[in-house]
Amino acid sequence: MSTTLATMPTLSRGRSLRQTINVYGKEAKYEFLKLLRFPMYSVSTILFPLMFYVLFGLVFGRQQIGGMSQSTYLIASYGTFGVMGASLFGTAAGLAAERGLGWMQVKRASPMPPFAYFCAKFAISMAFSAIVVLLLVLLAVSFGGVTLSAVEAVKLLATLIAGSIPFCAMGLVIGYFAGPNSAPATINLIYLPMSFLSGLWIPYMFLPKLMQKFALVLPPYHLSQLALSVVGGGRHEANWGHWQVLIAFTLICLGFAYWGFLRDEGKIYG
Amino acid sequence: MMATQTEVRTTAKPPAGAIVARLAKVTKNYGPITALREVDFAVHAGEVVALLGPNGAGKTTVVRSLLGLCRPASGNISVFGGDPNQAAIRMRIGAMLQVARVPETLKVWEHIDLFSSYYLHPLPLAETLAAAGLTALKNRKFGDLSGGQKQRVLFALAICGNPDLLFLDEPTAGLDVEARRSVWTEIRKLVQQGKTVLLTTHYLEEADALADRIVVINRGSVIAEGTSAEIKARTSGKRVRCVTQLTAEEVLALPGVTSAKQDREALDLHTLRPEAVIRELLARDPQLSGLEVTSAGLEDAFLALTREDNAQNSTMEVIR
Repeated sequence: MSTTLATMPTLSRGRSLRQTINVYGKEAKYEFLKLLRFPMYSVSTILFPLMFYVLFGLVFGRQQIGGMSQSTYLIASYGTFGVMGASLFGTAAGLAAERGLGWMQVKRASPMPPFAYFCAKFAISMAFSAIVVLLLVLLAVSFGGVTLSAVEAVKLLATLIAGSIPFCAMGLVIGYFAGPNSAPATINLIYLPMSFLSGLWIPYMFLPKLMQKFALVLPPYHLSQLALSVVGGGRHEANWGHWQVLIAFTLICLGFAYWGFLRDEGKIYG
Repeated sequence: MMATQTEVRTTAKPPAGAIVARLAKVTKNYGPITALREVDFAVHAGEVVALLGPNGAGKTTVVRSLLGLCRPASGNISVFGGDPNQAAIRMRIGAMLQVARVPETLKVWEHIDLFSSYYLHPLPLAETLAAAGLTALKNRKFGDLSGGQKQRVLFALAICGNPDLLFLDEPTAGLDVEARRSVWTEIRKLVQQGKTVLLTTHYLEEADALADRIVVINRGSVIAEGTSAEIKARTSGKRVRCVTQLTAEEVLALPGVTSAKQDREALDLHTLRPEAVIRELLARDPQLSGLEVTSAGLEDAFLALTREDNAQNSTMEVIR
């Protein structure tokens, strides 16, 4: 039996820049199509925040909260709520199922760049976040008597899309530590109470004092304050402070997600 | 079993090409369970190797090790002379794995399009679809396919990158006879194109129909290795069952009997020469009754192989 190792034919150099862009683009495109065609995701992440907004923002829209109409105030808080849902479900549910049920192995056995997989999950969660916020703004302007300048609308959109990143990172952590079937339930167990405690459903100032204190450690509170400051409301704290909290939270989550990634490699590789 | 129409191969043809993938003394544990025990074998360029064994024998673990998806406790793995986790080496490999769930809302052609983009020189989409027999199904969503059609998509994902080396983990699991044959035809075409294939199966028939060389694995160890003809010679034969006053020891002493044991009221034996053995049994015990002759199953084959493991005159290369 011959024991010489095959001499390697000149190894093809890596992908060209165009091929690399192609891989990342296709990964994102198909991630988007995959979720768009999955009504449990696409319909619920888009419709729930819109429905809440119609019920509380439009039906009771003339009431005043903190010097602004409720319909204006609630764009910011339901915008935050919508972004959280799109990001958490967009990353965590898919990741947990793909990890737990073998699809991740098929992908890893292929020459797929692993970074492309995570980039696609983030990009598509941000895209769904943008859709939710755009539709909210459209509803608010058309039916809620809300007036937003173009600059304000763009700033609101940009703030909330950037604000989806911490929740994508949190989604990775859930995706790495929850089972394939229990992930959606786990997400809801975190997402819904966290939204409530951050003042996304009932405005912050109506929460009991103790809960108000607790909200300060919750990332959705900080994102909603940033969104509120764009539309002229909120508690007028320094924006940089809110960003700092969100950035720190993102880094902590990415740290845990990386640990999960390594642990997974350990399980798969070990 | 063994109802194949493949041409007779010349025996003991040494593997021609250089080694493209090898496991050297690989041991792998899952907790207290030893999945692989000092497994040692190589795949040579241009050949089809079948890894044959029952469920839980360690076949999938071998494939996963060669793909760099699990790291062994000890031993060495090399594919194209390097670590299979390197991107440049992955580019030359295609893999079909057993997977519980594939994203169901993507269409057949979309799955293939995405995987093709991972490779530097993929096959044209139409060619991949045709090779996997999916041309008519290309616009179907994965979730709407039958079990056999889903297997074909996974096969398409393995070949779409036009790789030099293919790992096929139970490529025909869950397929009906016709679909199985069409997968065989496709695998033969790949071989004609000069590709190297390592496939796992628990069908002796499948290994026989496709492989140049068969590696038999059981409970984490390689128990036999040889050409299809060599393995067949060891694993063919018949199972004979009868009610007799002869003891298992007496029967085992008869020429041509490879195993014999008392099973409830009857005696179970395995032989390569059933006619001669039955004649002898009837001559020795005129009262013999309940005679049954069946083809030897894989179970018997493994029994026979493990028994011969220690035999002196084994023509197979035995690695223990």
